[in-house]
Parts: sequence; structure tokens; C-alpha cells
Amino acid sequence: MKLLIVLPILIPFATAIASLFVRRWILAQRILGVAGAAGLLGAALALLKMVEGDGIQAVQIGNWPAPYGITLVADLFGAIMVTLAGLMGFAVAVYSLASMDAQREKFGYYSLLHIMLMGVCGAFLTGDLFNLYVWFEVLLISSFVLMALGGERAQIEGALKYVTLNLISSALFLAGIGILYGKIGTLNMADLAYKLSLEPQSNLINSSAMLFLIAFGIKAAIFPLFFWLPDSYHTPPVAVSAIFAGLLTKVGVYAMIRSFTLFFVQDVGFTHTLILIASGLTMVTGVLGAMAQNEFRRILSFHIISQIGYMIMGLALFTPLALAGSVFYIIHHIIVKTNLFLISGVVYHLDRTYELKNLGGLYRNKPGLAVLFMIPAMSLAGIPPLSGFFAKLALVKAGLEMQQYAIVITALGVSLLTLFSMIKIWGEAFWKPEPTKSEYMGSEQTQISRKSQIFFLSPVVLLAIVTVLLGLAAEPFFTLATRAAEQLLDPSEYIHAVFGRKL
Amino acid sequence: MDTVLAIVIGGLYAAGFYSMLRRSIVKLVIGFILLLNATNLLIFTASGLTRGRPPLVIEGAETLAQPYADPLPQALILTAIVIGFGVLAFILVLVHRAYQTIGTDDMDKMKGIDT
Repeated sequence: MKLLIVLPILIPFATAIASLFVRRWILAQRILGVAGAAGLLGAALALLKMVEGDGIQAVQIGNWPAPYGITLVADLFGAIMVTLAGLMGFAVAVYSLASMDAQREKFGYYSLLHIMLMGVCGAFLTGDLFNLYVWFEVLLISSFVLMALGGERAQIEGALKYVTLNLISSALFLAGIGILYGKIGTLNMADLAYKLSLEPQSNLINSSAMLFLIAFGIKAAIFPLFFWLPDSYHTPPVAVSAIFAGLLTKVGVYAMIRSFTLFFVQDVGFTHTLILIASGLTMVTGVLGAMAQNEFRRILSFHIISQIGYMIMGLALFTPLALAGSVFYIIHHIIVKTNLFLISGVVYHLDRTYELKNLGGLYRNKPGLAVLFMIPAMSLAGIPPLSGFFAKLALVKAGLEMQQYAIVITALGVSLLTLFSMIKIWGEAFWKPEPTKSEYMGSEQTQISRKSQIFFLSPVVLLAIVTVLLGLAAEPFFTLATRAAEQLLDPSEYIHAVFGRKL
Repeated sequence: MDTVLAIVIGGLYAAGFYSMLRRSIVKLVIGFILLLNATNLLIFTASGLTRGRPPLVIEGAETLAQPYADPLPQALILTAIVIGFGVLAFILVLVHRAYQTIGTDDMDKMKGIDT
């Protein structure tokens, strides 16, 4: 079943093309958008099941043998990420039915969403560095348009920053690819891993490694390259910022984990120490930034940064447990963060504002929504028995085993501060009494029609259930993450799958 | 030849980043064009320059004879140029739209309108 590896790229592509053909009929676009995302989720789940059962799968496009042709590889980590992309795509597509305005839908919102999903899945599945660059560009260009679609003032300004920083990162990534090709003579990731393991040449490779680190670091928003993120992620419509927050930065993290476990392992003492320092600083700056904010989506945007720190902390520690913690953290974070953004959108549609000081009384009016907010918020802060607790537990345990006490203390302190700012949103938006009308110029609370209520709440409920499941039944998911981490730490199986033989 | 190209690439990178740091968003676009070309030249130079040796198999021979120009970096650059053009077209539209909506091309004056 080689087709299964290609399907997560083909399905969104076909959906995007089909929705362009019916761009005049919004209803047809909507049906296609949701059906395509559901198809992607199904294909991704099938792929995950296959990879889990039969080991790493690889396919050579056009049947050119490994180092020459284009390779698509699905290992457990990649398959997990594709599944998450499918789940997020589905949740956001359903949510868009209610929250997206007709104007944006008419201008091809669903096509763009699916092109972006195609780029994301392509980046997760590719086994070739230059193809990774191409997939990055596919997802970036569609995300640029999604970011600017609608053309409001704030959106345009956010888009300018987002576009500029991402282009610089792409240029650096391309430069890194060029230099690496000049030195090693191949761009196939498995071939790179094999050739680099034969003759370690750390100093030369480190220059490329640093270019890659900066390029992926900008995309993943690690310290000190994060400042574009909180300036742009809160500007587009909420469905767009939810999928950006869930998926896009994680593509950077994925690329970083992939390259720094597969082939940049010549000089672990240097590169991974650097990543460790960056991860600590990322956590701290992100959470401090979040504490200073008073706007729902800005707080959440800053939190993305601090959580990126946790993900690359696992990579930096570079033990099986730590990497498993990273993988589990990414799973947990994508689900939780998308969910929080979706809830912020529901709050916006009720009160027409994101400003915390103008919000209030939501617990009294909508107790169900308050509970739905509490689940991902507490999970993000790492309260047991929700998913965030187990992710942090694994990372902290791995840090203690490696005797990296500084990073462990940072991680624990930051999660306390995360709890603090989640409580802040809770207290301001849900708990405190509703501000009287004279205090702000907003319109009064609007009711959401029963039909769109289903579309608003079903993705939120779905993701909340997944979060609770991840926490209560952490065992099977954690086993999966551990196996993914073992595959990452031992590249021989990856190389074997790509070349179809032992090297 | 390598040295000359290295200096050109360095100059292009410097000029590109300098333009990007200017306050005008039009200069941002110019900086991006320079950066793109610098990167393409870098790939070309880093993967080795070969003069007048196309990667063609000579008549009667079975394989390529060394030295020959490596076709892969040229293919990479071709792809990168095409992608670059696409992105450039988008940026030009975005900058135009930004000027229309915000009414200035000065980065400093744009600051803080999203809050």
C-alpha cells in the first residue's frame, strides 16, 4: 500500500482544486472543505496504523532509486504529525462553517486552507531536504494569503511582518541546503545520515547546522527569533489563527527534530547544548510576554512561544525519554492550543471583543463554555490528569536523569507562570462580573443561532475530549511516542526503509 | 572565479539585509530580491564551478567523463527562482495593498496599529 503515503498530499490537493472549480457556490465549497478534511484525517489514521504495524514506509516517486529520486518517508513521528494535521484541519474546517464570513469564503478560503494542509503534510512526509524547502514554500505562500485575506489594517501589518521574517528564514534555509550539498553531495536525508556517519567532519557541518537552526528557529519561533509571532498570529480571523497556532510553528519544530536527530548528530555537545540554552530562554521569554498581555489571543500567542521551548528541550536533552516527551508534548500542544484559539473565537462571537477588560460574566451566562475552556487551559498549565501533565512529567524526568537541573527548574517555574496567566484569562473573561455597558463601547452580547452553535461547539468539544483521553489513557499514546522517539534516535531503520536494503 | 563570486554573494547579502532594515516597505521588496539572488548564487558556487563542461554523455561512451558540471544545483536554483518569483509577486501585491490601506510606506508609522 504505497499509495497511502501519497494520499495525505493528494487529498488536500484534489480538494483545493475542486473547490476552486465551484468557487461561486459557497455551499459546495463548504461541503468539499469538510469532506476533504475528513478524508485527510481518515487517510492519516490509516497511514499511522500501517506505520505502527509494519514499520517505516518509504516510496520513491517516479521509481528513481533512493539518492537520486524524490523520496517520501513515513516514520512514526511523521505519521503522528500527519494525523494531527488531519485532525486540526477537520476541526477548523467544521469551525469555519460558522465563523468564516461569506466574503472570505468567496475568495477561496477553503482552497487556501487545503493547500496549506497539503504543504504541512508534504513537509512531514518528505525525505529530501530540497523538497522540504519546496513544501515549506507551499505552506508559506498559502498561509501568507490566509493571513492577509480580508485586508483589514491589522491583518496587513501582521502579514508584512510574517511574510518578511519567513522569507528571510527560507533564504537562510536555502543557503544551508546549498552549502550542505556542496560539502556532502547529496540532499536525500537518509543518504545524508549515512554519509555523515561514515566520516564525521563536525566543524564543516556545524556551519550548515547553524544555518538550519536559525531557519527552523525563525519558523518555530524560538528565542531570540520569535518576535514576529505575537505580532501577527492574533490578526487574522480566529479559524485561521487557530490552525496557524496549532500547526505552522510545529512544522518548524518537526523539521528541527528531524534534522537534529537524523543527520546533524556529529557534534551533539555543541549543537544540542545551544538548543538547550535556546529552549530555556524561549520558555521564559514566552511566558513573561504572555503575562504582560491583556488580550485573549495575544496571551495565547505568547504561550505558543513558551511551549515551543518545552518541545525543543526534549530534543536538546537527546535521550529516548526526553524525545518521547517532546513528541508527546507536540501531540498535546497542537490539540490544546488549537482548542484554546477556537474557544477565544466563540467568546469573540458572544461579546465582540478580545480585550480581557471588556469581557466578563461568561461563567454565569455560559457555564458549559467555561468548562470547555478550563479543560485545555489546565492541560496547558500541566495539571494532572490532563495531557499536559504527562508531557511535562516525561520532560522533567528526562532532565533529572541527565542532571540538567537548571532547565528542569526553568520548566517547572514556567509551568507555574503558565497556570497564572490561564487563571488570569479565567478570572477576567469568565469569573468577574460583566462590565456595565457604560464602561466600554462594545455592542451587547449577541446570541449565536442554534445551527451555527453546533458548528462552533462540536470541534471544541471534540478536541476537549481528545485532550482528556490523552490524559486519562496516557499509556498507549505514550508508548507510541516512545516508539517514535526510538525510531528517531536510531536512524538505521530510517535509512534501511529509504534504500530498501541495509547499507 | 570562486573568489569573485564569493565577494559578489557577500555584497549581495549585505546589500539585501541593509535594504530590508530600511524603513520603507518598498526597500524591503528590493532587499528580498537581492537576498534571493544571493542565495541562488551561493548554491551555484558552493556546489562547485565547472567551466564549459555540460553534463552530456559523449557519443559512443556509456557514462559521463569527469569533469562535468553538476546538473542538480542548476535544477535546484531553477526551482528556487520560480518559487521566488511567485513569492515576489505576492509581496508586491501585499505592499501595494498595505500602502492603500495604511496610507504610508514607512515602517515606523505602521507600528502599533494592530493593538
